[in-house]
Amino acid sequence: MDNSVVSLMLDSFWKILKPGLQMTIPLTLLSFAFALVIATVTALVQEAKIPVLRQLARFYIWVIRGTPLLVQLFVVFYGLPSLGILIEPFPAAVLVFSINEGAYSAETIRAAIESVPRGQLEAGECVGMSWLQTMWRIILPQALRTAFPTLFNSLISMVKDTSLAANITVTEMFMQTQRIVARTYEPLVLYIEVGIIYLLMCTILTKVQAWGEKKLNARGYQRSAA
Amino acid sequence: MTTILKFNDIRKSFGELDVLKGIGLEVNKGDVVAILGPSGSGKTTLLRCLNFLERADSGSIVFDGVQYDAAKATKKEIRALRMKTAFVFQNYNLFANKTAVENVMEGLVTARRVRKEEAKAKALETLEKVGMLDWANHYPIQLSGGQQQRVAIARAIATNPDIIFFDEPTSALDPELTGEVLSVMKTLAQEGMTMLVVTHEMKFARQVATRTVFMENGVIVEEGPTKEVFEHPREKRTQEFINRMEMDDF
Ligand SMILES: Nc1ncnc2c1ncn2[C@@H]1O[C@H](COP(=O)(O)OP(=O)(O)OP(=O)(O)O)[C@@H](O)[C@H]1O
Ligand SMILES: [Mg+2]
Repeated sequence: MDNSVVSLMLDSFWKILKPGLQMTIPLTLLSFAFALVIATVTALVQEAKIPVLRQLARFYIWVIRGTPLLVQLFVVFYGLPSLGILIEPFPAAVLVFSINEGAYSAETIRAAIESVPRGQLEAGECVGMSWLQTMWRIILPQALRTAFPTLFNSLISMVKDTSLAANITVTEMFMQTQRIVARTYEPLVLYIEVGIIYLLMCTILTKVQAWGEKKLNARGYQRSAA
Repeated sequence: MTTILKFNDIRKSFGELDVLKGIGLEVNKGDVVAILGPSGSGKTTLLRCLNFLERADSGSIVFDGVQYDAAKATKKEIRALRMKTAFVFQNYNLFANKTAVENVMEGLVTARRVRKEEAKAKALETLEKVGMLDWANHYPIQLSGGQQQRVAIARAIATNPDIIFFDEPTSALDPELTGEVLSVMKTLAQEGMTMLVVTHEMKFARQVATRTVFMENGVIVEEGPTKEVFEHPREKRTQEFINRMEMDDF
């Protein structure tokens, strides 16, 4: 490799990583945390078979899973202002990513809840707990254990998907890279470099996932076999 | 003698299949009632209807002086009834994400708002009673079937229920493990706990049950003091069933 390539990579590394730390990671973590809350509520509403809310939940999942994430970003960021709703780029991105991931994770969590043996709920109700108490304390912890690998995969995907936020002017890693490319005319090197940084982040997350699963197993959680 | 549970004309069908065809019984405080009957006669369904795990189609239940409509009881009524009853399942159903002691505490802390330290003391005391104190911090998957069932019994008695329903508590166990569970149940019986026990253990029924009920095809064929039902059954079908079961015991 010739020297100029190495020095270009070294020079730009921090410039690309900085928005990664300041934007990509907070965007991912915030969005995923909200998504988990949305997903849990959406899954519970369906399990509880609450009439109208249940249909709403199905409708939400149907719409979100049937439309591209990029379209959802554009509707919120470029579309809503014409209704007088203006949202800053970063909050708009958090909003869209949470709602989007919430729909997918809701299905993951619902499937996991249904894989917990029925006897767990019955046993909870027989000791006097309400449906919600049993769900919260007995069923959900077991379901989340089952769903853990799938949810973690979604988190890893989300790290990469946040690059789409560049389209709504969020200065995350990818947009930053584009800017440097515009100045230096070195697309190959720089895009590979940002790719490597995404790869690093995802590799760290994969390690965290393995560690998390080990922890959960040690706590006696077993993945219910259906 | 005071009546603790009385139910009347309980009916339940699953689609076309009439499983319970009008069942009634009166249970006194301190009774240990063995419910016998061939597979598919509706024994499990009956217990589940009494605790509203299954909704009966019709019938009435009087428990601890309060009347419940077996088909239409409200959530609140059902919860009130469950606060004073307990259920021991054939396959234990211990909370998989909780240790033995946490399993026993759950009904106290979450459902009855007992203070944590108090609940823990009570839970350890009940675990000791069923011989599981040394396993208090183990998760269900780390326990044998017999140990799990003893924890399940501890969970059932920790809340001081007025009655415990047992649905074949030993039939998922290897023969060498049934003894430990039956002996715990025997101790409870001696202490005056009211129990309704669906079982295939003839010896246990004979020795421990104060009364025995024989069910077949969704009806009670015969019921009475255990000694009478076993030694002088009025119905031929009861006699045949008991003979067949006791043959199997050898
Ligand atoms: N949820 C259900 N849906 C449909 N049929 C059911 C259901 N539960 C039980 N049954 C049927 O009702 C009948 C009675 O079942 P139940 O489990 O009460 O019998 P049991 O006396 O407990 O039998 P066993 O000794 O085998 O446990 C059976 O024919 C069974 O297949
Ligand atoms: Mg049964």
